[in-house]
Parts: sequence; structure tokens; C-alpha cells
Amino acid sequence: MSADAVQDKLKELEERLAKVEGNRANMTMVLFSGDFDKAMAAFIIANGALAMGKEVTIFVTFWGLDVLKKPTMTGAGKNVLEKMVTMMRPKGPAKLPTSKMNFAGIGPKLFHYMMGKKNVTSLQNLVDTAVEFGVRIVACQMSMDVMGIKREDLMDGIEFGGVAAFLGSSFDSNTTLFI
Amino acid sequence: MAKTTLDLKGMSCPMPIMKVAAAVKKGASGDVFEAVCDDAGFEPDVHAWCKETGHTLNSLTKAGKDITVVITKK
Repeated sequence: MSADAVQDKLKELEERLAKVEGNRANMTMVLFSGDFDKAMAAFIIANGALAMGKEVTIFVTFWGLDVLKKPTMTGAGKNVLEKMVTMMRPKGPAKLPTSKMNFAGIGPKLFHYMMGKKNVTSLQNLVDTAVEFGVRIVACQMSMDVMGIKREDLMDGIEFGGVAAFLGSSFDSNTTLFI
Repeated sequence: MAKTTLDLKGMSCPMPIMKVAAAVKKGASGDVFEAVCDDAGFEPDVHAWCKETGHTLNSLTKAGKDITVVITKK
């Protein structure tokens, strides 16, 4: 190889290395579940990754949207089926069911009590802390449309996007979780 | 070089490491941070956090349930 070719090769390798090292700074999650315990896991991991200096994106889709709902969300302006879905789904971190031992809503109250006793931060607090540390939350526009969820029904300061938004973030990350 | 003391007692995962990260982020290179925590998970967490972020863990001492760490910002 000529000296120029070696230089070019070196430059190319440096660029590729920079990209690989850059990817180490990112983490992407899909929050599909609207279960309280799974959302806790997602936001604890997100906060931990933010503390470790990572850029974190959480793509929130389907039942996961329940976590982002404002407690004040109403069925106003929605069609009959959308009104029904709005009525039947919990609104916001304080109202979510647990994936196990839900016992028709008694389970989460029990877990809130037990977690409070052990000084475990509430889900709402974990969401707020993640936002404060710069988490990027992307709500799935398609599942919002299906269930008649409007942008103003969800918490402020989030983005809206589709599968490419998730994939673009995931391809730039070295860790992707589906929760 | 400033020294900051953090009382993280009574907190549980992930708050202790969040508080350490927030404090260190605000400081300048060479600043020293001393944190006391009584969450048993704090020891492996602080090791992993320092390894990943590159800040120096100067010491880790245990007295009863209390874990005291001294970290220097890189």
C-alpha cells in the first residue's frame, strides 16, 4: 500500500472507531407494557443509564402509553370505542395494575405501601427524575391513533414518532431493551 | 478543589447513584465527593458507576450498614 492509501485507511478506521465508541453512549428501550412493576423496571434502568452518562431513549407504545397519560385525561371529543378504551385503561403512573398479584387493584396498593416502607422512589418520581436528567421519550403515534389518544392526553415534554424513530435510536445504541 | 458530602442514607436503588451522578456532574475536575449510603446494593453500584464513567473511587469503607465512598471527579 502507498503512504496515501495507508493514510486513507487510517482515517476510515478512526471514523469507524469513533462511531462505535459513540454508540456506547446510547441506550434505547421499548416500553410496551402498562404494568406498574414493568414500568418501574424500565424507569429504574433508564435512570441508572442516565446516571452513567448515557443518552436514553424510551419508545412508548401500546399499553405503555398508560404510563404517560395525564390523570386528568377524559373521553371528550372521542368516538364511542375510543371513549370505552379511555374509560377502561388506567391513567398515569399511580393507577397502573401489577403484572402479577394484581387482585383487582389491591395488589398495586400493597406494593405501593411496601415500597414506601422501604423508601423506594415512586414511579411518578422516577419518571420526573428521568425527564430532569434528559431522557428522550417518544410516544408511538400509531398506537395513539388506534386508541384515540391525543397528544394533550399525554405528559408534556415528550416526542411523537413511529417505528423508524425507534429503530434509528436503536441502531445508534449498544443496548436495546423491550419491556 | 471543593469537597462535597452527600448523605444518601435511607434511599434505595436507583436514587443513591442518581444523587452521586448529579453532584459529580455539577462539580469540576479534581473535586472530591464523599457519600454515605446504607443500601446494600450501593457497593457494587458505585464500583460499576466509577468504572463506566471514569471517575476515581479513592476509598470504600464499611461500618455496620453504612458504606462510605470517596470519589474524585476525572
